[in-house]
Amino acid sequence: MKEYLLQLADNALILGHRLGEWCGHAPEMELDIALTNIALDLTGQARSLYQRVAELDGLGKTEDDYAYLRDAWEFRNTLLVEQPNGDFAHTIVRQFIFDSYHYYMCQALTQSKDEWLAGFAVKSLKEITYHLRFSSEWMMRLGDGTPISHEKTQAAIEDIWTFSGELTTLNEVEKVMASQGIGADLEKIKPAIAGKMAEVLAAANLTAPTGTWMQSGGKDGKHSEHLGFILAEMQFLQRAYPGQEW
Amino acid sequence: MKNTWPLWEVFIRSKSGLSHKHVGSLHAADAEMALENARDLYTRRNEGISIWVVESKHITASDPDDSDPLFDPAKDKIYRHPTFYNVPDEVTHM
Amino acid sequence: MNNLNFETIFQSKIDEETKIEPKDWMPEAYRKTLIRQISQHAHSEIVGMLPEGNWITRAPSLRRKLILLAKVQDEAGHGLYLYSAAETLGADRDDLVQQLLTGKAKYSSIFNYPTLNWADIGAIGWLVDGAAIMNQVMLTRTSYGPYARAMVRICKEESFHQRQGYEIMIAMAKGSPEQKAMAQDSLNRWWWPSLMMFGPNDSDSTHSDQALKWKIKRKSNDELRQQFVDVTVPQAEYLGLTVPDPDLRWNEERGHYDFGEINWDEFWSVVKGNGPCNRQRLQARVKAYEDGAWVRDAATAYAEKKEQRKLAPEATAKAA
Repeated sequence: MKEYLLQLADNALILGHRLGEWCGHAPEMELDIALTNIALDLTGQARSLYQRVAELDGLGKTEDDYAYLRDAWEFRNTLLVEQPNGDFAHTIVRQFIFDSYHYYMCQALTQSKDEWLAGFAVKSLKEITYHLRFSSEWMMRLGDGTPISHEKTQAAIEDIWTFSGELTTLNEVEKVMASQGIGADLEKIKPAIAGKMAEVLAAANLTAPTGTWMQSGGKDGKHSEHLGFILAEMQFLQRAYPGQEW
Repeated sequence: MKNTWPLWEVFIRSKSGLSHKHVGSLHAADAEMALENARDLYTRRNEGISIWVVESKHITASDPDDSDPLFDPAKDKIYRHPTFYNVPDEVTHM
Repeated sequence: MNNLNFETIFQSKIDEETKIEPKDWMPEAYRKTLIRQISQHAHSEIVGMLPEGNWITRAPSLRRKLILLAKVQDEAGHGLYLYSAAETLGADRDDLVQQLLTGKAKYSSIFNYPTLNWADIGAIGWLVDGAAIMNQVMLTRTSYGPYARAMVRICKEESFHQRQGYEIMIAMAKGSPEQKAMAQDSLNRWWWPSLMMFGPNDSDSTHSDQALKWKIKRKSNDELRQQFVDVTVPQAEYLGLTVPDPDLRWNEERGHYDFGEINWDEFWSVVKGNGPCNRQRLQARVKAYEDGAWVRDAATAYAEKKEQRKLAPEATAKAA
């Protein structure tokens, strides 16, 4: 259970972190606000999940112990969310792929047999519904905007697609959780996720690559090189001055 | 090159029972984006339950120079106000 | 009516505290002063995102990270409220932004100083936002309606900014010796630039008199600065930190703190572009603007396509 919650939490934390990097640098000031809003939602979700893990652990740990005092190999996020922001097209494609998964996954979690998790999912789903709407609309604006934006977005898809498979491939933890009716059964929701992605890509005049090799490993702690740098930055103060209140 | 999304005016209903009130403006490429930007910009602290956006160019405003002919004539029509009428004190519910 | 009469009516409206609204007659100089001041203020909010944004990825706890994200986001919001107010005067946001990016327009010099340790995030909230609030509370009563209304909104949101900053300072000042050293270091660096935020002394200020007469400003630079010192010194004392001014002392007779002379050479030097981060800040904004051009274009092009499809659904269907 804790492992499962950490997977969910780490995804939200790391993607929120990446979106936070945009703050002050977005293509338009209105977008600074929009991207930050999503970062706030995700970081808030991560926080609730870590708090829950701390409760289940019963070791007197805090949310920050999980975010700031684990090393890369202990993180359980997917490879997708740790990928760099790139240009705005990369950020939107990464967001759209994640939101499509996140939305249906979270919807399934609202039916979880775990009462806490179901409640958490109901609340988060409202936020994620908005994220998916936002990223879908931007997929269309970029994909069906100008020739340049189309080209950049298609290129971003080619770059990022390889990280999309891991989201919907069950690892051991997820299999167990799904079989107990606690976690989302990704096998079941896979068609809905694929359908949503196909629908938006078609409307956006974009094509999904075929036959792409799907990278995986993040869920089991085998990450890309990027995560180490994210953590080096994120955890700097907690590591340099251990045990302080901030 | 000039690169500006058009200007939109934003109206927010703060709660049921109240009308939408003008709160400011923002830039957006289309109506959906205008709604989303309005949500992010003007309702970050639960300020609203409903949003209207309208492109600024579609608003026609009265000219302040016309305010005398437009609004002064109403000033002396005091018979439109209930206080204009004398009703005896003993008559109630009126 | 000639301009002279218009001007008399205008000034009498100001004198009797009637707000000036967008389409009302106003002297060109009033309009220009407002556009300059409001847009500078807007630019300051937007550039002001950078020094703090600098620490978002390094915030030391999840709680602090959320607060900082929300705060920097508010600054973008405040920038937009202000640009929106400037646009009611007939200015175009893109023109105003161009003036910022080409260095023609100024923004608050305080943001040309670097954020070097985490306590700087506390000091900015406490001192920089504290100083800004003094100015902004005054501006909620400014004579131009849209500006005053934007300031009311901003002031409501700003009070959280200052409090969260002071809360960081408390945690640091009462924390480990290293944390306390960071807090003192950041106070040392931010104190004088914060006092400079109120602008030149009244005797040297070029815009002040007319701005006071038009009630764009309602208090002079020196009055606001004194007010800031008076409320802030006891807050520093509570933290157990030392204000870096050997001349600072309570003056019983005046009922105010006396404080040392500001280094005006430094002030003007930073205004002229020689602060530690002037180039870096502007480059970051130029980069965001230039890198974002294709995104803004895409959204415009998409909106036009959508509009056309709405107008001619049959033609589109045929073409397909």
